[in-house]
Amino acid sequence: MPRPDTVAAPADSVGAGLDALDTPVAAGRQRRLLRAVVAPVIALTLVVAVWQFLWSRAYWPEYQLPAPLDVWRQITRIVGTGEVWEFLWVSVHRAVIGFLISLAVATPLGLLLAKVPLVRAAIGPLISGLQSLPSVAWVPAAVLWFGLNDAAIYTVVLLGAVPSIANGLVAGIDQIPPILPRVGKVLGAGRFDTARHILLPAALPGYLAGLKQGWAFSWRSLMAAELIATSPALGFGLGQYLHNAMALSDMSMVIAGILLIFFVGVGIELLVFRPLERAVLRSRGLGAL
Amino acid sequence: MTATLAATSAATETDAVVRMSGVRKVFGHGPRAVTALDGIDLAVAPGEFVCLLGASGCGKTTVLNMIAGLDRPSSGDIELTTTRPAVMFQEAALMPWLTAARNVELPLRLAGVKRTERRARTLELLDLVRLGGAGDKRPHELSGGMRQRVALARALASALQGNNGEASSLLLMDEPFSALDAITRDVLQGELLRVWEATGTAVVFVTHDVREAVRLGQRVVLLSSKPGRVVQQWSVADAPEAELTEEINGRLREVISSHAAA
Repeated sequence: MPRPDTVAAPADSVGAGLDALDTPVAAGRQRRLLRAVVAPVIALTLVVAVWQFLWSRAYWPEYQLPAPLDVWRQITRIVGTGEVWEFLWVSVHRAVIGFLISLAVATPLGLLLAKVPLVRAAIGPLISGLQSLPSVAWVPAAVLWFGLNDAAIYTVVLLGAVPSIANGLVAGIDQIPPILPRVGKVLGAGRFDTARHILLPAALPGYLAGLKQGWAFSWRSLMAAELIATSPALGFGLGQYLHNAMALSDMSMVIAGILLIFFVGVGIELLVFRPLERAVLRSRGLGAL
Repeated sequence: MTATLAATSAATETDAVVRMSGVRKVFGHGPRAVTALDGIDLAVAPGEFVCLLGASGCGKTTVLNMIAGLDRPSSGDIELTTTRPAVMFQEAALMPWLTAARNVELPLRLAGVKRTERRARTLELLDLVRLGGAGDKRPHELSGGMRQRVALARALASALQGNNGEASSLLLMDEPFSALDAITRDVLQGELLRVWEATGTAVVFVTHDVREAVRLGQRVVLLSSKPGRVVQQWSVADAPEAELTEEINGRLREVISSHAAA
């Protein structure tokens, strides 16, 4: 007989030992956070340093390359007078409303595209094509259809954002492992339960990626529309600010406008979409954001 | 075949959890049609543990899918007297966005069970598969063996749902341990037997591993390949394990080599 106590080692303690040995270990996050903050700051400092250097050598006239400090003064001036809040409010609230309408249109559209083959065959290529068409191309048409008003602007924003969001949802649904809906079926999920408990949550990462891109597109389209379609009736947003800067040939104001547009776009992505995406991916053990 | 086996078959005449009679399955049509299963007769008694054994292409998985309602037979009948049969696949197929406990809870949610009852049942089932402390973990934080145990708990939640002692339950398992390493597989086989004894559910277990079939099953059913037919059945209680394994292995080899000749 071999040693009986070894043979009789209780199954549950072997199982518990295996569990302890095989369980994946989670990685630390402090260093990652440090890297996420420090690296971009260093990059930004470098860009400003190069800019300052080029300006100080005076290779180009001032109206082409302004001093970093002049641009900074432009920004602090409009912050000081409080004008900046009006620009931001006009543009950001339009972008957010445009984005929300796009969301409401694109989500059912994406579900239809993903689940109804006929719909996909009929308008799938059209939606993908629209995605690569710069939405600024719609500005003249929108102005002729609706005149210089908010309707024209929202049309341009929607045509920019809806295809991205719909395509994101389609991609998210296409990438669901087929075993999951099968499991849903054997667990007793009907059509509606399958959509609610399995398809939508499973498609969430792709959908979020689509939302992120949809936001970028709606912000871009809005700026294009504001820049081209300027009228007192439209209020004074960041696009109009940039347009005025061009009219005044004030390069430091132009750069200030570009920077503001850039920071709003990046800011919303960093404050809203990045944390959302990170939370979703991390909870599923995906991505190294 | 032996007297014991005949006795079991007689019992299943009256109350089988699932009875397949003359089940045929053809994939595709016309000249390129493939007959996957041809005249399968199989009855499983309440609480019985049956292993379906066969080489690849014998339609083991097709049998399981048809019992589960994922696929329909081309002809023949499948009668179920159980609650909805639960299925466990080769991969755990847990929902990656739900914790282990939420995964186990999912079939109960789909069945509209009340929240407090759901939670209590889930805790019981997690304890049953010895994962009482891991309910809050996400699938990616668990090892392969632990994930498969969560899947077992989820399958049990689904199988035992709505079963207050009247209807018997049925668990269908499609090579659930074949993707695991040998040590984990060995432990999980033991766990499965323990859970089966504790719950009294009937099990149809598909495998291509003769030793696994003999260790787990009360009855081993050997299927031939292309088309799948029942070749022979053994009652495991009849013979010592090693001998029976040898015998079934021999028969399986015969079945496989018949394909080389054809």
